[in-house]
Amino acid sequence: MTKIVNDFSITVGTKNGSGSSTANNTILRAIFKMGIPVSGKNLFPSNIQGLPTWYTIRVNKDGFIGRTETNDIVIAMNPDSFVRDLASVTPGGAFFYADDIKQPVTRPDIAAYPMPIKTIVKNDPNIPTDYRDLVGNMVYVGILAHMIGMDFDKILAALTFHFKGKQKPIDMNFNALKAGADWAKANLEKKDHFWVEPMDKTEGMIMADGNTAAALGSIFGGVQFVGWYPITPATSLAEALNDYLPILRKREDGKHTYAVVQAEDELAALGMAIGAGWAGLRAMTSTSGPGLSLMTEFAGLAYYAEVPVVIWDVQRIGPSTGLPTRTSQGDLMFTYTIGHGDSHSVILLPGDVYECFEFGWKSFDISERLQTPVFVLSDLDMGMNQWMSKPFNYPETPMDRGKILWEKDLEELKGNWGRYLDKDGDALTYRTFPGNKHPLSSYFTRGTGHDEYAKYTEDSGIYIKNMERLARKQITAKQYVPAPVLHGNPKASVGIIAYGSTENAIFEAQDQLEKDHGIQSEFLRVRAIPFTKEVDEFIERHDQIFVVEMNRDSQMLQILYTEYPQYATKFRAVAYHDGLPAAAKWIREGILAKHSKQKVAGSKPKAKKTASKAATKPKVRKEAVKASAKKSTAKSKKK
Amino acid sequence: MTETLPMAGAPANANAVGLTKNDYRGFPSTLCQGCGHNSISNQIVSALFEMSVLPEDVIKFSGIGCSSKSPTYFMNRSFGFNSLHGRMPSIATGALFGDAHMKGIGVSGDGDSASIGMGQFKHAMRRNVNLVYIVENNGVYGLTKGQFSATAEKGLHLKKQGDNPYMPVDICMEALISNATFVARSFAGNPKQVKEILKAAYAHNGIAVLDIISPCVTFNNQENAYHSYAWGKDHEEPLHEISYIAPRSEIMLEQEMNEGEIREVAMHDGSTVILKNLEKGYDPTNRYQALHALEEAQQNNWLLTGIIYVNTTKPALTDIYNLVDTPLNRLTEPDLRPERAMIDKVNALMF
Repeated sequence: MTKIVNDFSITVGTKNGSGSSTANNTILRAIFKMGIPVSGKNLFPSNIQGLPTWYTIRVNKDGFIGRTETNDIVIAMNPDSFVRDLASVTPGGAFFYADDIKQPVTRPDIAAYPMPIKTIVKNDPNIPTDYRDLVGNMVYVGILAHMIGMDFDKILAALTFHFKGKQKPIDMNFNALKAGADWAKANLEKKDHFWVEPMDKTEGMIMADGNTAAALGSIFGGVQFVGWYPITPATSLAEALNDYLPILRKREDGKHTYAVVQAEDELAALGMAIGAGWAGLRAMTSTSGPGLSLMTEFAGLAYYAEVPVVIWDVQRIGPSTGLPTRTSQGDLMFTYTIGHGDSHSVILLPGDVYECFEFGWKSFDISERLQTPVFVLSDLDMGMNQWMSKPFNYPETPMDRGKILWEKDLEELKGNWGRYLDKDGDALTYRTFPGNKHPLSSYFTRGTGHDEYAKYTEDSGIYIKNMERLARKQITAKQYVPAPVLHGNPKASVGIIAYGSTENAIFEAQDQLEKDHGIQSEFLRVRAIPFTKEVDEFIERHDQIFVVEMNRDSQMLQILYTEYPQYATKFRAVAYHDGLPAAAKWIREGILAKHSKQKVAGSKPKAKKTASKAATKPKVRKEAVKASAKKSTAKSKKK
Repeated sequence: MTETLPMAGAPANANAVGLTKNDYRGFPSTLCQGCGHNSISNQIVSALFEMSVLPEDVIKFSGIGCSSKSPTYFMNRSFGFNSLHGRMPSIATGALFGDAHMKGIGVSGDGDSASIGMGQFKHAMRRNVNLVYIVENNGVYGLTKGQFSATAEKGLHLKKQGDNPYMPVDICMEALISNATFVARSFAGNPKQVKEILKAAYAHNGIAVLDIISPCVTFNNQENAYHSYAWGKDHEEPLHEISYIAPRSEIMLEQEMNEGEIREVAMHDGSTVILKNLEKGYDPTNRYQALHALEEAQQNNWLLTGIIYVNTTKPALTDIYNLVDTPLNRLTEPDLRPERAMIDKVNALMF
């Protein structure tokens, strides 16, 4: 029989709350430790116990570890989803099922393996009765491990990690797993093609989830205050801060250099963080879309009062009930102009777990330098699933606290300073903190209605001048935010713009487009708004640009229309929003559906001129923005 | 962190930290003439001057509303944050972590605290934020021109609003049942009591709620509105019918009240407020007695004034966080960023 090695997917169908996550993580981690590129995605309902849930693992020797929509191996543990699970198996695939599910297996085109899980568990005297269901999950891991040739030492390593070295649970789980493997060895004949074989492609890499990475990055960024409120899928970010702060910021005197406060709601969570940021602390909050909506008024205040604060939004589908446990990139447009009145948000867009760590510390530097809220938009897929990653890097630059005046600075200035006075011409002003004992250090903070010395005024001229400075700040911001990442052929006529967790699926789609359709492309992953000059150049050099994102309304595309109206005809929307992690299939199909073999007529030479102007002269750009608003409306009508 | 900066010869009328009363003043008030809020601002100036508090050790906070404008009118040398409607408590909670040696003075109103900010108000109580939390309570929304607030009594009649159909919120009772550690009530027209309570509140470690009844001379007053309407009509400037404000003087008690005394005080519109001072033997450390006294006052339509409850045994919010002695906002990179070797430890902690 032909062997398919290190190139398949596994989907496990279980009941939510049945304790299968330990089992599934064990499969994922053991394959990772065998050196094979792998990813695992938990597709779970908003429920504590009972509803069907799936865990999908992608094993791929070439490193394409985006979710795939094919199910080569399916493990069916849930009677409620049995029929659907059986139907989902790819022809030629394998189907493992708990044999206490009394339903007919009607697929002659697949290899079906009944698993006597309940019997195996019952016959093991070492498993206490009330642990039978939980440990039963390990039996399917053992059966699968034997059938696809997993390394049992790596499985043990995964269990040892999971149970933090506690021998009793390790033994109990590993024994059940071995019992499953032994049974499979004695009773099952291999009828499918799928095998794993050791590789060296994950050497030196780690495996972590984005929320933990974000928390760790924030700690290396010197976080001092966290205000937060529980919300899926952001909760584990704040919880990781609570877990790791005592370890990583431990002092000999046992005192704390930080405070984490669980607030009464998201309004208070951001309010506290803004209070702390204003008082000179590196302050943050973490939330998801519904929480971000509640934070809107405060976000606007922080923009106008120029208070640094970092806001993590682990995006999900919302609001209310429905699909809150599904991933999304649906908060981008909202964050872009969050707050009432005119506002420009600085947004960071991490693309993987490594960048969740990196932007964890970097966001504080950017926020304090610019004295403005910085929004970091990750998503449920990145935040809650285990991703393989390069090891985290120690911050390569010292902390940037921005422009701060303490007592001795004020003495040198003879107390002559203004909180909103643009002394350096970069739109960034100086600030002082409560606790500064200089008699001229204080100022009174409010939203609008202040002059350069923070005195109350409702003078129109002063208001306009201040608003224009705030707009200039967004231009200054371009030199501090992370530049995009490029992948592919810069000479290709096709460009792809995307952001966040879709990267792996896009790499794969690019590969498929080239191999199967002869379409070469260059992919730019945006990592921040405002856009840096690399984005300008990318848009300029490609004829047709596909903007790939996980939402309905093509939110990044709308922002691109606004920022680059002169290139509007180049952009094509590839938006998808089923709540599941990105898959190469819909990206490839989305691009193929709108790909034009001809060059886009006439757009290039003209556009080039406008672009170089736009990049250097903000005035030209402003007019362009107005023009784009019309185009954008026309576009949305068409839809 | 109470060291004073060298002063070039303290003036004769200086307090113990070498400052004069002027050092505690703010900008001129833009509130209505005769507004009780101004009197409260003046008492804050006097109390903190007399206590020789360094203005640099105080942070002023407020939400939105007439009351929330007043931090501009006292203590110019202190930092201040005029935040959002109903959100003063969260801003103060976070800001006071910046330098836990500092004390907050927050000024809010009945709309700001008893309606939109009720949640944050009560959570600031249970966290025991180190804040003097003043509610300048007038039963009415002033800046939006005279709507009922949640502390307005049932049946109150206002010109444009009609009769108030709802039961009022009692600020002191809400504070008490939310585990506030200092609860007091006073009347803006009793400046001496306001000042003494302010001093006690400032001295308290933790949250100190001061419900200060501060009559609105403009809107909680139907006759006035009637008069302004007539004035506007006479001058054929109907746009001014609401914004015209007749100058009048603030209501002041002519005589100090004795302990346990019940006294009726005439308001601008001819209505009366009944003040009742706490009895001599009243024990403000007994929460049960405090609740009982508030309930009794409510049933008798008394406005109970004085320090209703004090609990000095509870740590303030920042105390329970076991913070380093150096203010957090003076910590630098070596204190805040784990050392380089820790990155390997972190990577080893991942799988």
